[in-house]
Order: sequence, then C-alpha cells, then structure tokens
Amino acid sequence: MTPVVLATDALLWLLVAAVVVYALYCRRRPHLAAPWKRVFQSKAALVSAVVLGCYLVIGLADSLHYRSAGSVEVQSLLDRMLSVLRQKGEKTYSAPLGTRLYAKEQIETPDGKHVRDYPRLRHGGTHLEDERQRATDILVRGAAGLAAAAVLWALLYFASRSLARRYPYVPWRAAWMTAAVILALAGPIASLAPHYHVLGTNQVGQDVLYLALKSIRTSLAIGTLTTLVLLPLGIALGVMAGYFKGWIDDAIQYLYTTLNSIPGVLLIAAAVLMMQVVIDRHPEWFPTAAQRADFRLLVLCAILGLTSWTGLARLLRGETLKLSQLEYIQAAHAFGVSDARVLGRHILPNVAHIVIIAMVMDFSGLVLAEAVLSYVGVGVDPATTSFGTMINSARLEMGREPIVWWSLAAAFAFMFVLVLAANLLADAVRDGFDPRVSVGGALAV
Amino acid sequence: MLMVLVAGCGEVWNDPYPRSERGANILYAAFVQRPKHLDPVQSYTVDEALFTRQILEPPLHYHYLKRPYVLIPLTALEVPKPREIESGTFTVYEIRIRPGIRYQPHPAFVEANHELDAQRIARLGNPYELPLGTRELVAADYVYQIKRLAHPRLHSPIFGLMAEYIVGLPQYAENLKKLNAPGWIDLRGHALEGVEEVDRYTYRVTLKGRYPQFVYWLAMPFFAPIPWEAEKFFHQPGMELRNFTLDWWPVGTGPYMLTANDPNARMVLERNPNYRGMAYPSEGEPGDGEAGLLSDAGKIMPFIDRVVFSREKESVPYWNKFMQGYYDSAGISAENFDQAVRVAVDGAAEPSREMLERGIELTTAVAATVYYFGFNMKDPVVGGHSERARKLRQAISIAVDMEEYLSIFLNGRGVVAHSPLPPGIFGAREGRDAMNPVTHVWREGRESRRPLAEAKKLLAEAGYPDGRDAKTGAPLVLYFDTASRGPGDKARLDWWRKQFEKLSIQLEVRETDWNRFQEKIRKGTQQVYGLGWHADYPDPENFLFLLHGPQARADGAGSNSSNYTSPEFDALFERMKNMPNSAERQQLIDRMVDIARRDAPWIFGFHSKDYTLRHRWLANVKPNDMAGNTMQYLRVDPALRAELRRTWNRPVAWPVVVLLVALIASAVPAFVAYRRRERMAARPAA
Amino acid sequence: MLAYVVRRVLYAIPILVGVNLITFALFFVVNTPDDMARMHLGAKRVTPEAIEKWKQERGYEKPLVYNAIEPGVRKFTETIFFEKSLKLFAFDFGRAEDQRDIAHEIRTRMGPSLALAIPVFLVGLAVNITFALLMAFFRATYLDFWGVVLCVAMMSISTLFYIIGGQYLASKILHLVPISGYAGGVDAAKFVILPVLIGVVSGIGSGSRWYRTIFLEEMGRDYVRTARAKGLAESVVLFRHVLKNAMIPILTGSVVVIPLLFMGSLLAESFFGIPGLGSYTIDAIQAQDFAVVRSMVFVGSVLYIVGLLLTDLSYTLVDPRIRLE
Repeated sequence: MTPVVLATDALLWLLVAAVVVYALYCRRRPHLAAPWKRVFQSKAALVSAVVLGCYLVIGLADSLHYRSAGSVEVQSLLDRMLSVLRQKGEKTYSAPLGTRLYAKEQIETPDGKHVRDYPRLRHGGTHLEDERQRATDILVRGAAGLAAAAVLWALLYFASRSLARRYPYVPWRAAWMTAAVILALAGPIASLAPHYHVLGTNQVGQDVLYLALKSIRTSLAIGTLTTLVLLPLGIALGVMAGYFKGWIDDAIQYLYTTLNSIPGVLLIAAAVLMMQVVIDRHPEWFPTAAQRADFRLLVLCAILGLTSWTGLARLLRGETLKLSQLEYIQAAHAFGVSDARVLGRHILPNVAHIVIIAMVMDFSGLVLAEAVLSYVGVGVDPATTSFGTMINSARLEMGREPIVWWSLAAAFAFMFVLVLAANLLADAVRDGFDPRVSVGGALAV
Repeated sequence: MLMVLVAGCGEVWNDPYPRSERGANILYAAFVQRPKHLDPVQSYTVDEALFTRQILEPPLHYHYLKRPYVLIPLTALEVPKPREIESGTFTVYEIRIRPGIRYQPHPAFVEANHELDAQRIARLGNPYELPLGTRELVAADYVYQIKRLAHPRLHSPIFGLMAEYIVGLPQYAENLKKLNAPGWIDLRGHALEGVEEVDRYTYRVTLKGRYPQFVYWLAMPFFAPIPWEAEKFFHQPGMELRNFTLDWWPVGTGPYMLTANDPNARMVLERNPNYRGMAYPSEGEPGDGEAGLLSDAGKIMPFIDRVVFSREKESVPYWNKFMQGYYDSAGISAENFDQAVRVAVDGAAEPSREMLERGIELTTAVAATVYYFGFNMKDPVVGGHSERARKLRQAISIAVDMEEYLSIFLNGRGVVAHSPLPPGIFGAREGRDAMNPVTHVWREGRESRRPLAEAKKLLAEAGYPDGRDAKTGAPLVLYFDTASRGPGDKARLDWWRKQFEKLSIQLEVRETDWNRFQEKIRKGTQQVYGLGWHADYPDPENFLFLLHGPQARADGAGSNSSNYTSPEFDALFERMKNMPNSAERQQLIDRMVDIARRDAPWIFGFHSKDYTLRHRWLANVKPNDMAGNTMQYLRVDPALRAELRRTWNRPVAWPVVVLLVALIASAVPAFVAYRRRERMAARPAA
Repeated sequence: MLAYVVRRVLYAIPILVGVNLITFALFFVVNTPDDMARMHLGAKRVTPEAIEKWKQERGYEKPLVYNAIEPGVRKFTETIFFEKSLKLFAFDFGRAEDQRDIAHEIRTRMGPSLALAIPVFLVGLAVNITFALLMAFFRATYLDFWGVVLCVAMMSISTLFYIIGGQYLASKILHLVPISGYAGGVDAAKFVILPVLIGVVSGIGSGSRWYRTIFLEEMGRDYVRTARAKGLAESVVLFRHVLKNAMIPILTGSVVVIPLLFMGSLLAESFFGIPGLGSYTIDAIQAQDFAVVRSMVFVGSVLYIVGLLLTDLSYTLVDPRIRLE
C-alpha cells in the first residue's frame, strides 16, 4: 500500500493545518479571539459548525488517497470505509431500500420458463428469505442503529461536558441537540447500508448514498480551494492599490474592472475549455485518470478564483484607503517606517477580518456555482462525482415513468444542508466580526 | 396570474401552438439539432435530411414500403444502367428525367428580383415576400449541381470521393480555384468533362473505372437539381447579411417548400403548389396491407398541408409534449423506455399499457448502422497479427457484455452485432449463420455469449494469466479512448471499467474532446476506442470498407480507424466491391466476415434500432432509414387529434387556488400584528 | 455632465481593449484554428484539404498578430487578431460556424431574452421590496425571524432545483402551461409565465434579505426617530420616509443589471426552450462555437460598462447633491 497525494489533497490538508495554527494563534490573543467568541455565542453558528464539521470529516477522509499493492486504482480512506457500498453494485436503478430492480427483465423461473418481471437485486436485501419480511427487517435494523446512536451520543455528551464547563458562553445544548439529530439519522443508515441501498441505486447500479458522500469532497474543495487561490491575489492587489495609490492603484483598478466586465460564466467557460485542451495535449502529465480528474478540479478552482478575486480586492482597497488616512499610520510615515513594515504591522492585521468574512461568505456561492457549471458542461471532470454531475444525470431521470427521484432528492438534501449551514455560519461570522461588510454573491447566473 | 392564464388560453392551457392552427391539417414534429447546412452540396447529416429530402429531388429514391431497399426513379424516367466503354476504363450513366416537372414558387424565377436594391433587401423578412415565379426542371439543373460539388467556396463532404470517379472533377475544381472570382460564379460557362447535358431532359455522367455504388449516390440530395437563377438571386449584395443564402433557403421541386426558417425555434414546410403529385405506392412488403399501410394506395400525395417543426433540445420536454399529443410521433429515448414499451417474452417490443390506452403505436426497425469498439492494429499491445495480440482481442471481445450494454444504456434498442453488416443489408446472414463463433455459442436455439472462463483462458494463452504479464508480473493496463459528451458519460465509462475488470485488466479511460479524439484516431495513437457508422447507401461495400486496409485512417484519410490490414481481406474486398448482388458475392462476404471475426480488430458492438411511436391520428408510418423523403406519405386526422388533446390536457388548477388561499390566509396574522403596531406609534427602533 | 459622460466613454475604451486581448489569447493562442476546423467538419470523410479550405474561408489561415509577407499596414491588418478581434469594436461580429450572421442572430434573439428577463427583474424587484418591507416592519418579531430563516433556506437551494421542480409540477402534472417553447407577441405570455415565476421565487431569498438590511439601516437614522417623535404612525414612517430614502441604494444598485438583462438567462432559457441569447451562449459553449462565445463576451462587457455609467448617472438623478466632475 503506497500513499498517493493528489494536489487537492495536499491543499485541503494544508488549509486544515493553517486553520489549526490560526486557532492556536488566536487563543493566546484575546483581541483576536473576541470576535470568534461572539460568533460561537450564536446558536445558529454552533449548529452549522457541527453540521459542517461532519461534512468536513467525510471530505477529509476522502482526501487521504492510497494505492494498494499491485493495483493502479487510487482509493481513499473513505472508499475503504464504504467498500460495502462501493462494491455492491446492481445492474441499474433500484428504489431506496428496495429488493428488486427498477426495470423489468427477462428472468428464468426455477421451472425453466422465461417471464418478464422485476428481478431481485444482487446485493440489496438478499439476506431476506422472503421479501415480505422487509418492513420488519428494516424496522429492527433501524432500531438497532438508533440504539447504537443513542449510546454514542451519551458518550459524546459526557466527553464534552468538561469542555462545556470551560467555555460556558457557548450554547452547548444546541450542539448536543444537533449531534443527536445527526446521530439519529446516521445510526440507522449505517446499520441498514450493508444490507440495503438506503438511497437506491443509479443508472449503472451504483449506490446513491455512496455517490452523495463522495460529492462532499468535491464541494468542499471547490468552496475552499477557490478562496485559497484568490486570497493572495486579492489581498496583495487590493492592499497595494489602497496603500500606494497613484498609478499602481490605476493599474490594479484597470485590471479588475476589465476582468469584472467579462460575464463570469463566459470567462470561466472559455478558460475551462482552454485548460481542457492543455490537459488533453499532455496525457503524459497524468499517469492515472484520478490524477487527471484531480488536476481538472484544481484548475477549475484556480479559474473560479482568478475570475472572482476582484470583489475581495475592491473591498480591501477601500478599507486600506480608509486606514492609511488614520493618524497613527500617517505618523509612522513621518517617522520613516518602511512601507513593508507599515503594511505588515498595521494594515494587514486590520483588514484580516474582511478576508475571513469574504472566505466564509463565498463558500456557499461557490458550491452552488459548481452545480450550474457542471450543467453547462464546464464544471468538474465527468469522472469526478459531484453534486453537479449528480443533478445533471438526474435531470433526465425526472422524465422517466415511474419517476426516478432518489438521485435528485439525495443531491438536493445533501447540498441543501451543506449550503444552508454554510450560509448560517457565514452570517454569524459576519455579525461577529463586522456587520457592515457585505460581500456580493460569487457568481450570478 | 390566474387571470392571464384564463384569458390567454382556451380550453387547454398548455397548447404550445397558436389558436389559429387548431384543427388544421398540420403535422407537428420536432428537431433536436439546428441544421447547419441545407444546401445539398454540403448537407450530410440526418437532422438536415429531415428538411432537405422533402424539398430537393435527386433523380432516384427508395421505395417507401419495400424491404430490402429498392431504388426507383423519382424525377428520372428509369434507374440508369451503367454502360462500360473501353472495356471498363470508363463507365457512363445516362439519366433521362421526366418532362413537365416545375419548381416550387420562388422569387429567383422572376427576372426583376435579380437586381433588387440594397434597401429592399434590408427590409426583407422572408424571401417569399417578393413576387414569385417558377420554371420547368431541366437536365442542365442537375449538371449545374454536380459542378457545384467542386465549387471553391462550398465544401462538399463527398468531393474527395467523387473526384476519384467523375472524370475531370479534380481539374475542374483547380480551374475554378484559379479563377479566384468573388461573388457568383456562373458554372454554366465552365464545362465539366465528365458531366454533359445531352438534351433538355437528358444528362450523362462519365466515371473512371467501375463504380456500381454510384446509383445509390444518385438518390442523395448531393445530386439534386439546383437552378442557376437561385444562386444568382442569393448572391446579390446584402442577401448574405440577412442570412438569405441557398444554404438556408433551399429551392426544389419536391412536395414541400421551406417557408419559415428560424432554426432556433421553428421551421415550417408548406405544400408546394406546383408539385406534380405522386401516387401512394400500391405494393409493399408482406404484412404492409394488414398494417393498414396500403389503404391510401394510388391516392395523390402529399396528404398534409403543412409540417411545423419545433426545436426541442431537451429530451424531457420532447417526451412530455409527445405524451400530451403535441407531437404526432417521437423516437424513444432510453429514459422513457420502460414507460413506453413492454418487451414480450420472445423479445419483441410492444407499447406499454398506458400507451395502448392512449392508442399510441410502436414501430421498430434495425437501422443501417454499426456501432463498434475497435482496437488500434498499430498499437504494440492490442494490435498486430501476432497470436498473442489476437487472443487478447478475442478474450476482450468475449468479456465485453454488449447484451448488458444494450439493456442498460439503450434499453434494448439495438441488436448485438456479430459482423459489420446490419440485418437487412445484402450479405448479412440470419439465425445461426449470423452468429460470431469467436464470442458466442449456439445453445437451445439461440446464441449466447461464451462463458467468462473461456475469455480468461484465452487471456492466459495470450500471456496475461489473471491480467498480469506472465513474464514481468506487471498488471495489464489498457486505455480506452473516447470523446466526451458531457457529465452523463460517467455511468457509461464506469461500465466499461467493469467489463475489463472481469478479466482483471485495468482500464484507464482517456476521455477527451472530439477534436483530440479525432486527432488521436488520425495519428493512430489510440488503443481501444468506440465509433459508429451510419450507412450512406444499403450496400455491403459501405460497411466493409471500414476494415479495408488501403483506407486505413492513420496512413491516409480513410475511414478504417482501426488501421486493420489483411491481404486476404483486402483482395476479397476489391473483388466484392464491384460485383452485383449474387450468390458469389455472398460467398466473398462470408469469407471476409470470417476473417474479421477471427482477427477481431473490433469488438462488434451493436446495430441500433429505431423505435418510432406515433399517435393514432397519424397514418402510413413506416420507418425508412434510406429514403428520407417520407413526409408526403403521412396522413393526419386533425379532428381526432384536437379531441384527444383536450381530454389529455385538462388543466388542474386547484393547487394554484389552494396556494393563493394559503398565501392570503398567512397574511391575516400579519395584518393583525400590523394593526397592533400601528396603535403604538412612537416606539424605539429595535 | 456631458463632458463627464464623454470622459467615461473614453475610459471604457482601454477596458474593452483589455477584454479583447484576454479573449484573443484564450481563443486563438490556445485553441488553434486547426482544432476548430476538425471540430466543425465532423467525422465523416474529412481530408486535410477540407480543413485548409475551411480555415481559408473563415480567414483563419492568416498569422495571429503579424503577417510578414504582406506590405505596409497590411502586415497588421491581414492577421487573425485584426480580422477577428479588432473588428468587434465596430460591432462587426462576423459569422458563426454555421455561417449565420452573428449580429443578425443577436438582434433576433434579444426579444425573447428580454421577454423573460424584464418581467423577472421588475416583478422580482417589487416582490423583494415588499417582503423586505414586511420584515423590516415586523422587525424583531417572530415574523421577521422566520422570514429571515425562510430567506436563507431559499438561498441555499440551487436554481437547478427550482427549475426542475417547477417545470415538473406546473407543466407535467398540472397541465397549466406548455412545457417548453416560445412564440412572439401576446402568445409569449403562456410560455414565459412559469420561467418568470421560477426566476422570481429563486431570487426572493437573497434579494429580500439584502433589502431588509438596507431598510433596517435606514430605520436607525435620526430623521426616522424624529418622525416617530412627531407621533407619525409606523406605516407612515415606513412608507413615506424609509421607503423613499432606501430606494436610492436599491435603485442605483439595480441599474447596473439593467443592460445585462439583454444577455438573457443561461439556465431558464435552455430548460424552457426559449430562443434567447442565454440559450445561444450555452449552445455556443457546448458546440465550441468560438466566434459566438467571443462576440457574447464582448457584448457582455460593453453592456456591463454601460451599466456602470448608468449607475453613476442615476446617482445624480436621485440625489441632486452628488455632482459629477
């Protein structure tokens, strides 16, 4: 078994590390910790944070890739954990918790006759001798899952009590409630999943639950890595424009007005089509399909970042302009303090809150944008599982009769919860840091 | 909103057509792709044929009902017989056309319209606003069109092919190019050696060598007549800027004329008042009479006054509109298959109960196509004629379960291919003889795919036991090259990986855009790939040439994308090519097919099936893969259609009413709170 | 004022040049004309000569920026850059790959796009302002709280779901409107009513939440407190004073979008089969018709710049204290 580090893996983990370092740094500085304290006094923020935390754990588990000996296939830790779901493919569609395929087929009855009927699934519900036991079996297994979840919740509750005593201002009850709801859903699912397709299967018989869980990493990557790409550009150019003024300001303003004036989707479409050509011309760069798909995801993030850094730059320019008029900065100039020092010591720390707000506010917009871009055909690699690709194929399923609703419903539910949590957290962060800043949506389509 | 809805529509609210059209003798159809070219020189796709074939009349066409396809005269008096001169160095075709055929009404036939002033053109919404005229069809119009194949500013997809045969055509193209003339080139002033006008109604085409397939080309719009007046008319300055070109406004002698051309939304074919009228055929295939296909025998066509095509890009609305009765017929997409069709025990398809209730009928026919998954014979691993590579190819051919592919992705709308030849084409066998013995065995009266164990055995013999190179122990990794068609491909590609996994072969899918894919094929750098072929004419040559060595894609610009070469196959092909259909030809074909099966340059994929559904008010439908000029045979019953549309589309308005009531109800507590607030005026801001 | 407008228009030129350079680099340097030719000639019977011919006809056989073999000025004019990029400034878009005139296409497709975009914009504005006013009026009550929650929830649903769900329900199940299509004139109503409704509903979340913030900010100002102190009823304060003053940021914020309405809606148009500029753009992207994408990029940029100019002008109109210099 050899570990494989994909580019997006490295960046995601780097981001996690950066957040941890930042948190430790804040802890020792009360003036930096104060806004976060305000954020986590809000119930909505805490609930969202718990939900996002769950998504993050899944996404990160899906970001540890390895290759087992003698195979070219790259797997992730999540794949390993969900191998039950991954390997139990059916032939084609089957309904959630179903025992039979959704399409009729010629089947041979034991007495050698051919009839056209819905065949039994290869894996879903095969342990049942008689399909009439299905309801009882589901209830029993679900209850067992629920019981396990209750035990887990109790453990969690007692483990976190000491934390609660240390941070009494945090509304812990809300966190525990959220955890209870999540566990109550996850428990039964976990106990049913090895025996049934809890959310059904798609056209080629892949488990929809598995696909939905795999989509999370793509969404997280798009939502966070894009910001990571746009941060250095946005900060550097925005602060420089506001601080140096004059021709530098003019040049930077020109740059972002020009980029801004190109309709976002078109610029992204053009850039993605272009990168596609480059990727196709150099197949030797990517020994495996996984690496190529991953590179394409990274490129998509970069392109989204390059086309949307302008909003952040403009905000920072305005703020820097305001700051540089303040007396103490004027005084610093008078004492001959170097520009670099003024920027590093006085300007940057004072615009940091805008950067944080922009980061969290952009997240949900980017997740939504991915779905639309994939629909237009300039999104992630077709081999990558994402909410966009799920919706795209589910669109045609709505026309089927009887309707195949579960792929769409799964994509809807998972995406809705993610975006809702992100939006609520973003609101709380903005209120905690600076309620006056308003950051526009990432991409209007 | 409710008001607008009630005011805007009559009894049905969801009728997408204007009220004025209700009850009219109109056929409603849809088109998915915008047609790119309607000029018969350039038009080559099926989507375009939907329009061009109704308007343009080549000398020959196919019989509507008879199978296998039979060529019969359309504007010609008879199907021309080739006459060899200089013992086969040249072949001459003399085509005599029927006198008295007149063109559709068109402004090009009015002299005054050839010198319009710029303002008149700028104000023109549609060419048919101008005074219209007509003229008799003459042989010179056919000659004119053949010359246009070599026109320097038009590029005909068949120019390369025809230049090999029609005497003097390459030189003619050179001469026209040297002319370097802007604007209209009057081709009447430039003679083409191999094509001459004999008299007013006769022209002669001289070919190099023998080319028996040439008559089939005479049934395609490439050889339809174009009046020189039309070219002159559309070449007036300012016309092109308004999209008035021959490429968009075809002129012909056929039953219909294109009178509205908005390729984004709606195209309308109107009955051509000058059409001579053709009689509906009175004989067909056995069974056609019982199917009601002969009840109009002898009646003068066309039966329908107007054909309205609406653009329908997405399959879901297309299907729903068909079910609501707003399209008269529809092909079935895989998504809707289960709703549409029940497959009976013997594998025959019939409409589902819901469709039977609505009186929808289904017609199926295997199309003249072959979809294949090829190995590149130039590839060091899967290619070449070594025993090792052949066994590897055979093993994969067994393992790739095309039966499953058809049932998942096409819902059975196809038959597994056992050779390049689809059923219905001369040379294709039936029953046990049709089976590919390399991949299948005959068992209990039907063919079934060889068990996986045999494939594994072949793989081991090829030197890859358990998918590993016997010498190095390295896992065998193959590459599947494909052009991406969007995110919907994922399922398909996953399926392909699964097929190779069965042999423990690891498949890497290299998905690229169409350009890159074509480039790989052209350079011969692909390994395993998939392509499809839709026949131009119903002759085995048009399928077997896909494996003809001298036409290898990587060495030239042929269509043999697998770059397969076999001296024996090639020699047989040369003999078979120029032979009339006979028992001897069948023998040659059988041998060729056997060679191809043994060498397995292709995983023979499938021949797709056309499933056409039609409502009960539409009569005389029979799929015809070759003819194309099928609109004139159809008949609709507008009264029945109007009635059924009404019963199927009763609007369900109560949920809207409920929603409105709920909205109003929710305003009540708000209003109460408002009143309360109003009373406490001076209140500090919250 | 006129001088200001002239100067702003002149400022727009370098921006358009920049847009032009970016699109040129994207479309010609990376994707060569050879690729385009092969793409459009299709797979059946394509020869290298056909590719040359195709390129020649569309003027893609010339060098990119500098033509060494031509004399004088023609060294620069006989190039792809001049022919394909600079001519955009004269709104000479050239032809799409199917040889239809792009300018003509844009003119005919503008109508359907506007028939959808204008109602969405106007109705959306009215609905959002109404909702925002209601929330502001009931601020700090449960109505306001649940209103905001509803807004955030509605924001968190992808537009794709609104469209797929709406179409399924209204057209397929209830037979209320045609499932797709378009007709000119009065008939357009039955085709656009559903997409308009969906467009408005999908915009309510973010729209009303944003306006609510503006209203609340306005309500914290001194003049509002004075008005209340005078004993004016809450509704009078809200409608007569707050609404009037809050309209300034709302309207000026909306002006920038107005010219972009011409570009149409990418998703709604292609789902509902409306032959507008949005579906034109999507088709072009999917067919890789670069001539069209290039033209749409240029048109979009021009409209955006027009929007910025209009925004500045509208400031002076609603607030005479602002002078443009």
